[in-house]
Amino acid sequence: MTKLRSRLAAGPYMAWMIIFMIVPLLLIAVFAFTTTAPFDRDGNRLEEEEAALIMEEELAEWEENEVPLEERESAVVEKTVFTVQNILEVNKYMPTMLNSIWMALVATVICLVIAYPLAFMISRMHFVSQKMMLMLVMLPMWMNFLLRTYAWMTLLERNGLINRFFGLFGMGPFEMINTQGAVILGMIYNYLPFMILPLYSVMTKIDNTTIEAAQDLGASRLSVMLRVVVPLSVPGITSGITAVFIPSVSTGIISRMLGGGTNMLIGDLIDLQFLGNAYNPNLGSAISLVLMVFILLCMSITNAFDEDKEGGMLL
Amino acid sequence: MDKNKIIELKGISKAFNGEQVLKSVDLDIHDKEFVTFLGPSGCGKTTTLRIIGGFVTPDSGEVLFNGKKVNHVPPYKRPVNTVFQKYALFPHLNVYENVAFGLRLKKMKETEIAAKVAEMLDLVNLRGYEKRSVTLLSGGQQQRVAIARALCNEPKVLLLDEPLGALDLQLRKEMQIELKKIQQRLEITFIYVTHDQEEALTMSDTVVVMNGGEIQQIGTPQDIYNEPINAFVAKFIGESNILPGIMHEDYKVEFAGDNFVCVDKGFRPLEPVDVVIRPEDITICPPSDTVINGLVESVIFKGVHYEIMVRAYSDLWKIHSTKAPEVGSVVGIDFTPEDIHIMRKMENSEDYAALDHLNGEEAGTID
Ligand SMILES: Nc1ncnc2c1ncn2[C@@H]1O[C@H](COP(=O)(O)OP(=O)(O)OP(=O)(O)O)[C@@H](O)[C@H]1O
Ligand SMILES: [Mg+2]
Repeated sequence: MTKLRSRLAAGPYMAWMIIFMIVPLLLIAVFAFTTTAPFDRDGNRLEEEEAALIMEEELAEWEENEVPLEERESAVVEKTVFTVQNILEVNKYMPTMLNSIWMALVATVICLVIAYPLAFMISRMHFVSQKMMLMLVMLPMWMNFLLRTYAWMTLLERNGLINRFFGLFGMGPFEMINTQGAVILGMIYNYLPFMILPLYSVMTKIDNTTIEAAQDLGASRLSVMLRVVVPLSVPGITSGITAVFIPSVSTGIISRMLGGGTNMLIGDLIDLQFLGNAYNPNLGSAISLVLMVFILLCMSITNAFDEDKEGGMLL
Repeated sequence: MDKNKIIELKGISKAFNGEQVLKSVDLDIHDKEFVTFLGPSGCGKTTTLRIIGGFVTPDSGEVLFNGKKVNHVPPYKRPVNTVFQKYALFPHLNVYENVAFGLRLKKMKETEIAAKVAEMLDLVNLRGYEKRSVTLLSGGQQQRVAIARALCNEPKVLLLDEPLGALDLQLRKEMQIELKKIQQRLEITFIYVTHDQEEALTMSDTVVVMNGGEIQQIGTPQDIYNEPINAFVAKFIGESNILPGIMHEDYKVEFAGDNFVCVDKGFRPLEPVDVVIRPEDITICPPSDTVINGLVESVIFKGVHYEIMVRAYSDLWKIHSTKAPEVGSVVGIDFTPEDIHIMRKMENSEDYAALDHLNGEEAGTID
């Protein structure tokens, strides 16, 4: 009875999942493994040149006889066929892919380095201050993503605020916008809260007396961190890394706005295949699919690490 | 007892957010002593312990270890270890690693660590639990791990903050005995915090009764029980009838509307005092002119004895007796001069407030 009811209750979620997650995923997979190819009316595959030739002749004929548009029927039809060509083609973009991964990694590591002590400090504050600091951390997230990134553009520009400031001391102007550094900065700025929040939420669960117990047993500040706080915050570290790395590795907007197209990321590439002039949804899907598989691999690795550590933890 | 003082507190005061939590506490703690801080909730027991442990810095006063001032020495450099109120075990480590934590910090050899951990787990009867996760242990077992972990560093002083507070009565009693044994075997000083007076009396060499951030009395359990220094201590340690009285002259006190002979002296003539009589010291006799007579209001069976409430004039007397008079009957209340304990009035009206609080809704015998 209750089982049935709980299954019924899960219904809407299942429907949601199927419509908005499973179906799109399948569509991407279908796109990634298919392409359109020309066929003749009898169902025989045609070479590209062959088809082009036929169509050219057809067109000339139609023009000559002034066949009305609705009566023109081509001998060549486009059909969708299975192919692994798209996937193989992704190989061509490996450097871009690796560059994206590298930059996302750098941004993730810097986020972790900044967020870890900050999250720990916040977690040890007075309750009211904790809430306030969290507000401050999340405040930028309430602003539009594009606006935030645009703000950085105006800051980093050749005659932007920062360069003008340095100009006061006769320095610069520095080349800041349209560099890898600017893109990484954009990633860090936009995704830092995703690192701070999971870290903070595991760290608040670390009781002060646990830390005091370590001190009592002879642990210096450093030992307390290494032997108690870090091991106890592993779940926060892994989910923080995932939460920063994944959007960083697949971002397109940040690199376009702050990298000025000089630093093409995998996100830009995908974007180009769907909305840009390189229109090729099949290739775009293939790249997405490869990226997705890669991310899934990363996640399962971090998760395995997490579970290892979580054996003795029931926080 | 005045041999090696191991810890001295001199005029320790501490305020949190403007609230005075400790008011000039003076205390000497000796080597191999079992000292208990006893007092109602919020009286500053934990704070005192934390000052000794180094987790709280006093606003004024000195903390001395072996005669050296240690006010600003951090906890990890003090020769004391703590068993925390809520155990505070490391949830990411198993039993063995929890106990070995302090030894690892000292960079001891693995074989030495193993030997020491085994010895400690033996001490607390937890052999065979090495690989268990501490989060899966029962409360009593967690408590033992906490004790083993703290003792592993061979501290000269072990601080225990209500270590048995979360255990059921049966386990509490067992652990009390075990702790006492451990203390005697290791010959180290235990500073033990509790608000359970029975626990304090059974385990301690010295009991420190605290209230409102002040030490009320320091003494052996016998002293504290038999010679409570004021009404607060009397009420807190065991049950008491506390009546307002007037000391007419040495050995002569007036209370409950009559004059009585007592064994106390040294009061100002006509000094107002508190008269304390233990319920078990009172005998019930047939009503007569030579004793206080009262009406039995209630009789409750308490196992070993009956608790009998008798009203005489405005006073309500609590009497413990193995024989139960009938409710509604008139009885005589008899006691000897030795049973009358005379105490100076407490200066602090707050102390009386704390007393009332202790009494709960039970009809107070103090006005
Ligand atoms: N860190 C702190 N910040 C603010 N107030 C505190 C702090 N620690 C203790 N207090 C206050 O000091 C007073 C005494 O606290 P303490 O913990 O010493 O009491 P206790 O005797 O141990 O009581 P209990 O038996 O309930 O544990 C309490 O009023 C408490 O609220
Ligand atoms: Mg306490």
